[in-house]
Amino acid sequence: MGQVKKYIVGCFDDEKVLFPAVKKVRAAGYKIQDVYTPMPIHGLDHALGMRETSLHTAGFIYGITGTTTALTCMSWVFTSDWPLNIGGKPHLPLPAFIPITFELTVLFAAVGMVLTFCYLCQLAPFVKKHHFHERATDDLMVMVIECTERTNEEEVKAMLNSNGAVEVNVQEAPVGWWLGRYDRPSKLFKTREVAY
Amino acid sequence: MSLLKYESTLREPLVDGDYSVYREVTYGIGQWNLNKTIGWGWDITNFVWWVGIGHAGTLISAILLLFRQGWRTGVNRAAEAMTIFAVMCAGQFPIFHMGRVWDAFFVLPYANSRGPLWVNFASPLLWDVFAISTYFTVSLLFWYSGLIPDFATIRDRAKTKARKLWYGVVSFGWTGSTKHWQRHESLSLVLAGLSTPLVLSVHTIVSFDFATSVVPGWHTTIFPPYFVAGAIFSGFAMVQTLMLVTRKVMKLDDYITLGHIEAMNKVIVLTGSIVGIAYLTELFMAWYGGSKFEYDAFYKYRIAGPYGWSYWTMMTCNVISPQLFWSKKLRRNVAFTFIMSIVVNIGMWFERFVIIVTSVYRDYIPSSWSVYYRPSIWEVGFYLGTFGLFFTCYFLFSKFAPVIAIAEIKHVLKTSGESFKEKMDVIEKESVEHFAHGHAH
Repeated sequence: MGQVKKYIVGCFDDEKVLFPAVKKVRAAGYKIQDVYTPMPIHGLDHALGMRETSLHTAGFIYGITGTTTALTCMSWVFTSDWPLNIGGKPHLPLPAFIPITFELTVLFAAVGMVLTFCYLCQLAPFVKKHHFHERATDDLMVMVIECTERTNEEEVKAMLNSNGAVEVNVQEAPVGWWLGRYDRPSKLFKTREVAY
Repeated sequence: MSLLKYESTLREPLVDGDYSVYREVTYGIGQWNLNKTIGWGWDITNFVWWVGIGHAGTLISAILLLFRQGWRTGVNRAAEAMTIFAVMCAGQFPIFHMGRVWDAFFVLPYANSRGPLWVNFASPLLWDVFAISTYFTVSLLFWYSGLIPDFATIRDRAKTKARKLWYGVVSFGWTGSTKHWQRHESLSLVLAGLSTPLVLSVHTIVSFDFATSVVPGWHTTIFPPYFVAGAIFSGFAMVQTLMLVTRKVMKLDDYITLGHIEAMNKVIVLTGSIVGIAYLTELFMAWYGGSKFEYDAFYKYRIAGPYGWSYWTMMTCNVISPQLFWSKKLRRNVAFTFIMSIVVNIGMWFERFVIIVTSVYRDYIPSSWSVYYRPSIWEVGFYLGTFGLFFTCYFLFSKFAPVIAIAEIKHVLKTSGESFKEKMDVIEKESVEHFAHGHAH
């Protein structure tokens, strides 16, 4: 597992409370590791200071690859590899190549983007990650702040509490935590009651 | 409550289908009543019908996403699932129609030991291979990438070990990280953007199977838009059939509301009318175009002749009956909608039957005209079998996966909740007289 790090975890149940809290924590100079939310919250990525994703650019490149692959393969087959005479029709019927070129463009872009998405987010079957709160996929927004030697733990906790966090706790998780195990939550959660 | 308790009713069609396919594979295409003139019968009719049904799912999930139609979130996940299962059923027909099904991979352009001898890239039938397989793959990816966060929600609420393990595997270790959501949003948007022209291209290419030929009644330029409208029309009807049952059995009345049903009925009346205009345009062009064969195809062999009954079934089910949906009362009537959804699907099946059979059984040379075509029991059995496959897949999906897009519903409830709160704030600040003036009847 390697090195283990300490994190302060604050849970929020309303995005109207979460946004000011994010602002204050960042203004105080603490680094927010991540915020885990049950649904996409527009503007949260900007509030956290994340840059825009380039996934769509990757998709465009995959699409162009599909276009070129289709056009080169079909032209090569019909003009040089095996120029078959089909009813005396031209050997390079570009209009007739449009459907397959289009389909391959879409196919390459979609498959490439999904694979890239899974790679970037480290998503795959049997991948086990550390989950800071099991309601993070249900109805809580979970803010995770990394503790360093300069972090004043009590201050951060107090700040989260005063900014509307419904639950605050400290957890340890392995670095490279995406390889952590979510199926052993009892170890991390045993001191705490989960309020449903 | 699960739809799986109706599983036993599916056994018979599935067994019928399996045995029919077994007969066809063992004894050959001769098991079907196709002949030299009528080379395409029930099989291709069913193929086009099933592909068409798939289109509604992509329309709801992709095109309505781009149009920012919030209501789609209630039905989109189940409709996407329907797309995938419908395309699976559709694929069976051309594959088994090949006769020697074990050689089906010959349609793929791979460096084979026969030269390599390549496929004909200029053939609409090959375009179909690419279109349908791309459509299936992209729909599957779109559907599954949307399901990942929802599977994670179920995983984290699971009580038993087996459920935790299973949903842990299928949720790919999703955590809900902000960065992941950012990428997920970008992915959904681009996939929706890709699926929109894709879904239009798929039925366009299916229509090219007919439109690029020289058979009377087929070689018309109206086919692509006409097929796409018909596909959406039949697809929405099938979504209604499935959703009304799902809603009833799984008690989802709060998620799939009368508003959803009404919105879909509006799409049905719109596309049904487009299809109606297409039928009339075809008839007009057959007369105006001045081609004797085209004229005969429509006026002698479609609206009249031995298959006239199928043309009039199509006209009644597709053009006349959906017009009843102009009435708001009927649009919001669940029982009526259910009956109409079946009527529309029967009508759309007959549309494909009319296009295929009435065009090929009489073409240019009277010596090759065919006798009356009726399907063999194995053709019917194969068709029934795809129903078994379709509903089995759908029931399994409704049992093991969320039929409602959980994360999207949360998002929509949140935003519409916000706008509701804002509206209420304004109302609360208004004076009583002003409010009464504005809202009293």
